[in-house]
Amino acid sequence: MTETILLSAKGISKRFPGVQALQDVSLTLHAGSVHALCGENGAGKSTLMNILIGLYRRDEGEIRIKGEQVNFASPREALRHGISIIDQELNVITEMTIAENMFLGREPERPVPFIDRAVLHKWTTEQLERVGLDVDPRTKIRNLSLAQIQLFEIARALSHDSDIIIMDEPTSALGEREVEKLFEVISLLRSKGRSIIYVSHKLEEVFRMADTITVLRDGRHVGTEEAGSLDRAKLISMMVGRKLDESVAKSGRLNGPEILSVDHLTRLGEYNDISLKLHKGEILGIFGLMGSGRSEFLNGLFGIKRAESGSIAIDGHEARIEKPSDAKRLGIAYVTEDRKLSGLVLPCSVRENVSVAALQKLARGGILNTRKEKSAVQKLVASLNIKTPSIRQPVRYLSGGNQQKVVLAKWLFTEPRILILDEPTRGIDVGAKREIYSLIAKFAESGYGIIVVSSEMPEIFALSDRIIVFREGRIAGEVGAADATQERLLHLAS
Amino acid sequence: MENERETARSARKASGRFAAVASAVMREYGIVVAFVILFVILALASSYFLTERNLLNVLQQTAVNGLLAIGMTFVILTGGIDLSVGSILAFSGVVSASFASSANFGHSSPAIVAILFGLLSGLVLGMVNGVLVARWRVPAFVVTLGMLSIARGLTFIYTNGMPIPNIESQFLFIGQGFVARIPFAVIVFAFVYIVAWVVLYRTRFGRYVYAVGGNEKSARISGVNTRLIMFVVYGISGILAGLGGIILTARTTAGLPQAGTSYELDAIAAVVIGGASLAGGQGKLVGTLFGALIIGVINNGLDLLHVSSYYQQVIKGLIIIGAVLLDSLRKKEE
Repeated sequence: MTETILLSAKGISKRFPGVQALQDVSLTLHAGSVHALCGENGAGKSTLMNILIGLYRRDEGEIRIKGEQVNFASPREALRHGISIIDQELNVITEMTIAENMFLGREPERPVPFIDRAVLHKWTTEQLERVGLDVDPRTKIRNLSLAQIQLFEIARALSHDSDIIIMDEPTSALGEREVEKLFEVISLLRSKGRSIIYVSHKLEEVFRMADTITVLRDGRHVGTEEAGSLDRAKLISMMVGRKLDESVAKSGRLNGPEILSVDHLTRLGEYNDISLKLHKGEILGIFGLMGSGRSEFLNGLFGIKRAESGSIAIDGHEARIEKPSDAKRLGIAYVTEDRKLSGLVLPCSVRENVSVAALQKLARGGILNTRKEKSAVQKLVASLNIKTPSIRQPVRYLSGGNQQKVVLAKWLFTEPRILILDEPTRGIDVGAKREIYSLIAKFAESGYGIIVVSSEMPEIFALSDRIIVFREGRIAGEVGAADATQERLLHLAS
Repeated sequence: MENERETARSARKASGRFAAVASAVMREYGIVVAFVILFVILALASSYFLTERNLLNVLQQTAVNGLLAIGMTFVILTGGIDLSVGSILAFSGVVSASFASSANFGHSSPAIVAILFGLLSGLVLGMVNGVLVARWRVPAFVVTLGMLSIARGLTFIYTNGMPIPNIESQFLFIGQGFVARIPFAVIVFAFVYIVAWVVLYRTRFGRYVYAVGGNEKSARISGVNTRLIMFVVYGISGILAGLGGIILTARTTAGLPQAGTSYELDAIAAVVIGGASLAGGQGKLVGTLFGALIIGVINNGLDLLHVSSYYQQVIKGLIIIGAVLLDSLRKKEE
């Protein structure tokens, strides 16, 4: 880490209607360093990043890039000054190809303004290789998995060759192998004098990569320390403002009768011959790398994309699940991997989102009992500790973690017997994670069968009674909680 | 000295608070405010505007567009659009006229029969739209554009291109009658508005309409029968267009095959001015109400001021663009 200061932000404040998102926040970035930004959801991290890249304008404060005062009016300006970002929210045009997305606005041209496709594809392949993404650049984004899209975003940010790269939850959809590749890339950049602002909830990653850590809480600057002088407990207490008991009490849950049985479920090209059993009161973890078929299997289980062969039985009775409402009727709930794409209706309110899957319980002859709805929603909001000014707030204004809780609340409202959770704490801070884990455990204790799919090993370990590992569309093996180690899981998954 | 500074500070605080309240009001009820301002301006500009006769006239003129706009609201909330309402209105109008008059079948039927057939024809055409959009996944724009031509063609075929005159007076009451000095057509509109409001905001169906428009995939995963919802809203649009056709026919005393031409534009304008998003999932029924009223008041006011109808068209277009522009500027601030 050299003494050159690439970026100096002082006294940044930003207000949105109804909330002071940032108050007097400062950040100093040295060349050739990795500076981590930590904080609970709603602490203001994304707001600060959006100001740095020119998406928002600050209300107060000063920002200097290499000594020069700046006030970006657009992300384009920020790019020109050497700042690029890998956003937490994916910014891709799904109908276009990887290559078209990668170099949008800076395509290689021939004398007449036509795009030189050969050169475009060559450039794209070069950039994709840097992150180890082995996909044809002519593939449409629509056909990529979430993890592949995230790798693409990283490659795109790197392709700008900026001095400062902001990474906002860059590994949220990645498996272990891809994460290692990313860290290689970050180290390389650091040695070349570039700087990274690393925003993440994954504290293991933060401690591994960061030189400096800045903590925000409720829009304020709590402190900035050398990474070496902090430990996990201290960092968490800075973020949360109180001491947090991290240990997850895994109760000795007694497994009840079989509640779900899947036999030889197959869908060509996605998953093959999947058989598993789930018992009442059990939490079954599913682990697998990118492309292992886990999410596709869940879609088949829930009726989003019907399986081609095989059978599903609930409580011993064969079940025909051809659409989501069939699954719902059988008592299955599905919290999907991507809340913005398939979990929430963003323009609608918290209340409307929480109740939408369970309106049958609140209506008589089609007419809604709005008072019953209001009190039920409020109870759920309170029990899940969802931070929102009111239940009439459109969910698009909630922070990522609170949005995820709304999706969870929606499915809990349906009073399911089987709960399927796909990456349930993606983009959620430490405090909220604990809350959700204990909720999941409580759920299991009251007799529900739970399937948790996660690419976060600590999460799988913390929650599961048993872990099934997927590899390339098949089940590679099963591990009991007691025998589960990182090495064993990885070995099975790859 | 201190006193003056204190006063200045509290005055600034007070005006700041006023500005905050004013901007909150504008945000929530901007369209109502706009309507009120418009109303006041016209009342001052023309001495005839504020008379009972004129105001009732405005309401009556707005009633038909209002009905179409209510149906259009349901459709737009799901992220669709219905370009065929003007033509469906015409078709239903001539169908009901053919029963309400002796000119077509040689004898006339009771008004209720004419009304039922009129509504039914609107419903059927709407359902055709609905099936194509919901089941066959043809884009709504394309489907209703096609239906616009088809329905209009059917109207001319049915009437051989000629108006159907001599409608029974029982039927005419719908478009020309009064109940306690209020035009019957306005009462019909008010009734439909209330029903629509209850359906949209107090039933499961209404919630599902917003959910489907806001995020169809998410709604589907939550177990909503999104195809059914999308099918039904086009049926609603069709039947309300049918009702509009009946009222218009009753008012003009004849079934006119060229009635309702371009009416879909005014309906869409009302919904859009009212703040709904064409992408779906956003918008309030009361917004559509005021959107329709604004259009009605403008048409009326500009007539009273003897503004040529050519200029009126330009002004209407400017208002549509202006309303949406203001709305997007307001949203950008958030």
